Amino acid sequence: MLLTALCLTFLVFYLTNLYPNLEKLAKTQGNFRMSDEQVESFLEKGGYLQSTPVKYGEWLGVLPSYRHTNEDGTVQGRCILPGQTAEESPNFCGILQGYWGYSTVFKEEVSTVVGNRLALTGRLMFWVMLLMVPSALILGILAGMKEGSATDRTLSTFAITTTATPEYVSGVIFIAIFTSSAVGLKWFKGTATQAMENPTFENFFLPVLTIALYGMGYIARMTRASMTEVMTAQYIRTARLKGVSFPNIVMKHALRNALIAPFTVIMLQFPWLLNGVVIVETLFNYKGFGWALVQAAGNNDIQLLLAISVVSVFVVLVTQLISDIGYVYLNPRIRIS
Amino acid sequence: MDPLTWTGSIAFLNPLLGIALAIMVLSILVWILASIVLPEPQMTVNPDGTLTSGSGVRNFIQSMMRLSFLASVGLGVAYIVLGVLLGTGAGIIGAMSQQFLPVWVSLIILYAMSIAYKRRLGLYGKLFDSPIGMIGFGLVMFWVFTGIFGAMDLIVTHDPLSQVSGMKNKVPGTPLPASEDGAYAWYLLGGDNLARDVFSRMVKGAWIVVQIAPLATMFAFMIGITLGLPAGYYGGRLDTLLSFLANLILAFPVILLFYLLVTPEIVATGVPNYMAAILFVFPIIFLGVLLNSRYYTRPKFRTPLLIGVLGVAGWLYLSLISTGGYVIDTDDYRIWGLPTPLDLFDIPGGILVVFVSVVFVNSPTVFRIVRGLALDIKTRDYVAAAQTRGEGPWYIMLWEILPNARGPLIVDFCLRIGYTTILLGTLGFFGLGLPPESPDWGSTINEGRKLLSIYLHPALPPALALLSLVLGLNLLADGLREESLKD
Repeated sequence: MLLTALCLTFLVFYLTNLYPNLEKLAKTQGNFRMSDEQVESFLEKGGYLQSTPVKYGEWLGVLPSYRHTNEDGTVQGRCILPGQTAEESPNFCGILQGYWGYSTVFKEEVSTVVGNRLALTGRLMFWVMLLMVPSALILGILAGMKEGSATDRTLSTFAITTTATPEYVSGVIFIAIFTSSAVGLKWFKGTATQAMENPTFENFFLPVLTIALYGMGYIARMTRASMTEVMTAQYIRTARLKGVSFPNIVMKHALRNALIAPFTVIMLQFPWLLNGVVIVETLFNYKGFGWALVQAAGNNDIQLLLAISVVSVFVVLVTQLISDIGYVYLNPRIRIS
Repeated sequence: MDPLTWTGSIAFLNPLLGIALAIMVLSILVWILASIVLPEPQMTVNPDGTLTSGSGVRNFIQSMMRLSFLASVGLGVAYIVLGVLLGTGAGIIGAMSQQFLPVWVSLIILYAMSIAYKRRLGLYGKLFDSPIGMIGFGLVMFWVFTGIFGAMDLIVTHDPLSQVSGMKNKVPGTPLPASEDGAYAWYLLGGDNLARDVFSRMVKGAWIVVQIAPLATMFAFMIGITLGLPAGYYGGRLDTLLSFLANLILAFPVILLFYLLVTPEIVATGVPNYMAAILFVFPIIFLGVLLNSRYYTRPKFRTPLLIGVLGVAGWLYLSLISTGGYVIDTDDYRIWGLPTPLDLFDIPGGILVVFVSVVFVNSPTVFRIVRGLALDIKTRDYVAAAQTRGEGPWYIMLWEILPNARGPLIVDFCLRIGYTTILLGTLGFFGLGLPPESPDWGSTINEGRKLLSIYLHPALPPALALLSLVLGLNLLADGLREESLKD
């Protein structure tokens, strides 16, 4: 897991430190009409022209970080924050020392940027989960109770349609129907910018619905598949023959076993939701984690991009771990053996 | 010229369709509620041995559902047929169905031929036994034919890139201010932000998807199969290494990867060309090993076959990766490729990088699926039999395991084309890779969404087009899965 994270961050590091990308960084930081020599000297000052492994070591905090002495004798470097002198600042500053770097787009420390944005996205995700998981499970269970019935057909068609609708399509359709002056419903707001301070149903529901719908279909289909499998099991037949009523069979006998597979699927949905978050936050202009990713990548903000990839890899790996543990916990066959 | 209305002279169908759809939706809702609330129908056995089911309410709802569904479908067909006959007389819908005439004709021919010969066509023929599969296949083939005929300039009404002054953001059905002779007199689905025809752009966008998505998926499958089979079959260190690499790529958020790979700066460094050079070798290896393992006992047949096939594949490979005589052409250094006269086709850097990154994102998932299937199948008896016969490992992998894994792989192939279409749209949506004026659906949606609160028509057609294509692919995959399970 640590190895994966290291490899991935190195990959991001390598790609963002290719020379054309550095040139772009220099030009967005300085001005767009810099000559090649000016770009060169800007990069030299920032320590960007060292070899990639050395820079990566500095970012990790295992190598002493680069310092540049300007013509007037002042020293600048990665570790020297504004208001500090070269002597009092530490030699090593990387993520091992808890320093994530300085974002060149937001002009703030990366840790504060990521923290704030993550909090906003966390709120979005919380509501998405609250909407998506129960409705997906209910849909899946209703469809899977009787395979091939009209309910099953209708709900399955609905589930397939939602999986076939990526966020940027459903978002556009929702905005068109519910917010535009051309249709005239105007039930919701087309942007979620206000929802960052003051989330209300009116400005927050559409982004939540857009993300939830895409993931919902997939979870519902998995639940349906596992439910149909359980409903054909021998013990369900026994229960029916004993004369247990149908609702009782579904609620007491089938449900627990049918929910094992969807649990894993829900956990593995997190990385996918991350994609949806990026699209929806761009579409609805909600300045969260995904929006920060787009800004960072568009402006080649190396430190912020690295932090973002660390966070997202962490999310992916942790959810995998939770799904493995939860699977063992839920499935008595594995737990006992 | 008068502006067109939506339905023109066939407007008398609208209330009928409305009623039919309303009844259908209502009966479906009632049916779902009823199937939860009402008791199950009691079967009674008559004295003569036949069965009658009791509950009349259920039967009534069910027949309502069927009738209203048939009525809606029939009315939809009526719109199209009348539209083809009346053309612009039947409003925008009529004009559009007339423009799509070649697509309708090809669809009818395809369906007639397939249904007539379906018993001889294997799995493809069985698809026509399942209604869901047929609907899905119809949707997919509709867009495929649209793409092909659109590329031949049969369906489009205007050039997708040309701008007509005075048509900016005009609503669907607006006539051109000064129509020249021979030019189509209306913007059927209105004009976009730059006064271009939305309808023609949507049709042209289909061609981009139809070209890239299946091909990229096929490449991803060849890479996934070439690496996944040995990983599953041999296991051990090879498996550990390859699985680690696959998980590495899978742990990346797709959009971050796109942002890192598909930028003009990265194209300038030549990284996509290196990746293309590596990734596109795999299909050649796949073909070579596939044929060699089968025919190596007959060298006289094998050698000319291999030389022929690999020669053609190698030539295609070299012309694919080399542009203007170079494989890699950056400011600092160049690597020689195929000389220009031998180069069959050039792929612009933007398209190549989109293609490469889509293949790159898809292949680890295919790898995991193939590996899992190989792990499962290698314990079967027929594999043991082949091992006892003394067949080589590659023969067993490619001619014993792979054909037996084809069912899940074909289903996944359909789903994955849909997923690739979504990815292409995502790239367009973020303005990555393809040139900004390109008519692909993602870019058009991205352009249209900026004015969405005032003008709906530029963004909705490509959105609905993408939705229907992906839906068609999903339904097709569902139908295929059902049919292949029946064996």
